[in-house]
Amino acid sequence: MGAVVGTLTMQTKQRRPSRDKTEDELEMTTVCHRPEGLDQLEAQTNFTKQELQILYRGFKNECPSGVVNEETFKHIYAQFFPHGDASTYAHYLFNAFDTTNNGSIKFKDFVMGLSTLLRGTLREKLEWTFHLYDINRDGYINREEMTEIVRAIYDMMGKYTYPAIKGDVPQQHVDAFFQKMDKNKDGVVTLEEFVVACQEDETMMRSMQLFENVM
Amino acid sequence: MAAGVATWLPFARAAAVGWLPLAKKTMPKPPVDNSSRSDEILYVNVSGVRFQTWKNTLDRYPDTLLGSSEKEFFFNEETQEYFFDRDPEMFRHILNFYRTGKLHYPRYECIQAFDEELAFYGIVPEIIGDCCMEEYRDRKKENQERLAEDSEANEGTDAPLPPDSTSRERLWRAFENPHTSTMALVFYYVTGFFIAVSVIANVVETVPCRPPKGSVKDLPCGEKYQLAFFCMDTACVLIFTFEYLMRLFAAPSRCKFMRSVMSVIDVVAIMPYYIGLVMPENEDVSGAFVTLRVFRVFRIFKFSRHSQGLRILGYTLKSCASELGFLLFSLTMAIIIFATVMFYAEKGTKGSTFTSIPASFWYTIVTMTTLGYGDMVPNTIAGKIFGSICSLSGVLVIALPVPVIVSNFSRIYHQNQRADKMRAQQKVRLARIRMAKKGTTNAFLQYKEDRGLGDRDSDSTALCVKNRSAFEHQHHHLLHCLEKTTNHEFTDEGTYSELCMTDSVGFRTSRSTSLSSQQGAQNNSTGCCPRRARRRAAIRLANSTVSVSRGSVQELDTLHLKTTSIPAQTRSSLNAQGVNLKLNCGEQDFSAAIISIPTPPANTPDESLPPSPVPIPGILRNTRATTFTHETVKISSL
Repeated sequence: MGAVVGTLTMQTKQRRPSRDKTEDELEMTTVCHRPEGLDQLEAQTNFTKQELQILYRGFKNECPSGVVNEETFKHIYAQFFPHGDASTYAHYLFNAFDTTNNGSIKFKDFVMGLSTLLRGTLREKLEWTFHLYDINRDGYINREEMTEIVRAIYDMMGKYTYPAIKGDVPQQHVDAFFQKMDKNKDGVVTLEEFVVACQEDETMMRSMQLFENVM
Repeated sequence: MAAGVATWLPFARAAAVGWLPLAKKTMPKPPVDNSSRSDEILYVNVSGVRFQTWKNTLDRYPDTLLGSSEKEFFFNEETQEYFFDRDPEMFRHILNFYRTGKLHYPRYECIQAFDEELAFYGIVPEIIGDCCMEEYRDRKKENQERLAEDSEANEGTDAPLPPDSTSRERLWRAFENPHTSTMALVFYYVTGFFIAVSVIANVVETVPCRPPKGSVKDLPCGEKYQLAFFCMDTACVLIFTFEYLMRLFAAPSRCKFMRSVMSVIDVVAIMPYYIGLVMPENEDVSGAFVTLRVFRVFRIFKFSRHSQGLRILGYTLKSCASELGFLLFSLTMAIIIFATVMFYAEKGTKGSTFTSIPASFWYTIVTMTTLGYGDMVPNTIAGKIFGSICSLSGVLVIALPVPVIVSNFSRIYHQNQRADKMRAQQKVRLARIRMAKKGTTNAFLQYKEDRGLGDRDSDSTALCVKNRSAFEHQHHHLLHCLEKTTNHEFTDEGTYSELCMTDSVGFRTSRSTSLSSQQGAQNNSTGCCPRRARRRAAIRLANSTVSVSRGSVQELDTLHLKTTSIPAQTRSSLNAQGVNLKLNCGEQDFSAAIISIPTPPANTPDESLPPSPVPIPGILRNTRATTFTHETVKISSL
């Protein structure tokens, strides 16, 4: 008798799809941001229409909803630096790109940032870098901020480096930086000091030129 | 790296400007990117279905065929597209992988076809998305199991043993596969018969027989015909012992054999008899002895060597061990609970059969399995209520693990069916392969003959040529070259085996006979293989008209030589002009590798040639051997 019941019940082995996933999906896709028109973006940035098209296609493919949030950004950036921990630096980078400070990068932010970095003037690039370092956006880079940035960069290197990164290496790096940049020795670096010091730095200028043709 | 990461790479590189102020050294030069900046649409034609995609899409995965320069090999200059001669349905999925970064596995496709496509396009299957990964893995595992079973069945045990196996190995094989030799089969059936006899004797000896004269009570047959049963038992046990010892001797690994289940069953089946012999006729131990006789019933398990169904059942139970364990455990729990409850419910009533909790176990088991003997019945209302709950829950608890066991059994059973079907199909398949091979050989031989004619008679060859593809022509030419290289010729099984037979009989024969009623000319000897290079022994033993013995003069009945005017229809044996057969020399080893070529099936069967050869008209045109009766045609062997 038990066997009969058993065989009957054996037929119904279908799996039922879960119902509660659909609500989550709806939520995700309702937030869909569209960028401004192609012409406007072309006017605002230094890219041509073709380049914008290519950029947007890639962007849209990755983020169909039209925005990148910080988690996704960190995840993507971490893929480039698998050896170490890129999350801290990605966080700062994200903030640098997110000019509107609303926690997500839209295509416009993305493309304007790229335009500055790739096609901008030297001053624009240096300003962008200054804003990257200036975490709290107060117009000054102090030692703590710089230490944070440098530590974040060293974190990306990971554990296995040659020579091995000892504890105070980031600190030394920060000291060297401040020595170079902080002209009036007041403990903070302003935008002007930064720009001037960078322009005097031969090494940096050479490197800057190399980055012209990244895209 | 995931797909989209490639999109973000320029972005990450641009952001590297942020490191510049901190850098102590100059940055390295960026790699030169020669590819065109602007994106373009690529056209991919897969078996006529045209796909279009951005070049960037394909470049996302540079270590695949479409993403690397390997696709340039498939570029068609005229149509300016990439042409792949593959399945367009599958290509859809491949292309979607480039577009979305996720590879999906279509359920309706064969797993092997899918794997092959992935291998072609250079995509590793591990990147199949989570949504389809489980299905893919299941199908793949199923397929691999099936292949493993098939290969097992193929190389199996039905293959003939290597000739140099020891008697021990042969014995073991005979035991494991009874259908390989008649002796083994006989032994198999004899043991089966004796197992049946033994079991029936065990059963029958307890049946009451008519009492002997002078007694009133009915006697079980075992005691009435004690001697007869004892003799039968002895005979059976002797056979079983003998079989067991033989198996033990033949087993390749004795320890493993002794630990196997069948061996244990064998031992348990015969042990009681010996113990009974050894033990004295003592009143005290005879009770134990009687118990031992129970073990004789285990002889019935010896049938599992003879019955596959029994083995399947055994495997099923073994594979469902955990489910059975769960069933047992849950039943035990339920029994204890209900027994306790019933005992306390029925405790008060007078004359209650529920005397203790263990006594209630019996009631609970009988109720849960819905047997309901009725020897123990609750009388109180509470008892009845709990009794009904007990019976209902029993049904549920037993029904739970049963589907698992049933599905396991079904799976194992189908696997076995499949193995049997495979074996049956194998024979058909082998036969088909053999026929195909023969067909190829025949085609080749036909080709040679045609080619032989080709030089002289272009008309008929033209006809034959038309029926064969360029591929066949080239293939045949290749085989021909091989023949020339090795100085041997292709032939078919039949004549070869005949040749081997004659060789083994001790004949040094090189009697070439025609294998067909009509002659074909063999042209190939003139060119490459002049007189001495032939090692041919064309033997035709259909009617065993060969009467060649060592040292005797060879009489070659029909040497088919090149004749130009004979239309080519059939094959001929191949002795060309000027071939000498020196058969008197015993020291020359006549490796009869080459045999005359058989006729294609369409042709008439070969003639048998009389010992004293009569020149067959139309056959021998060679001036050299007009009257073969008296001429010793010598074929020199290398």
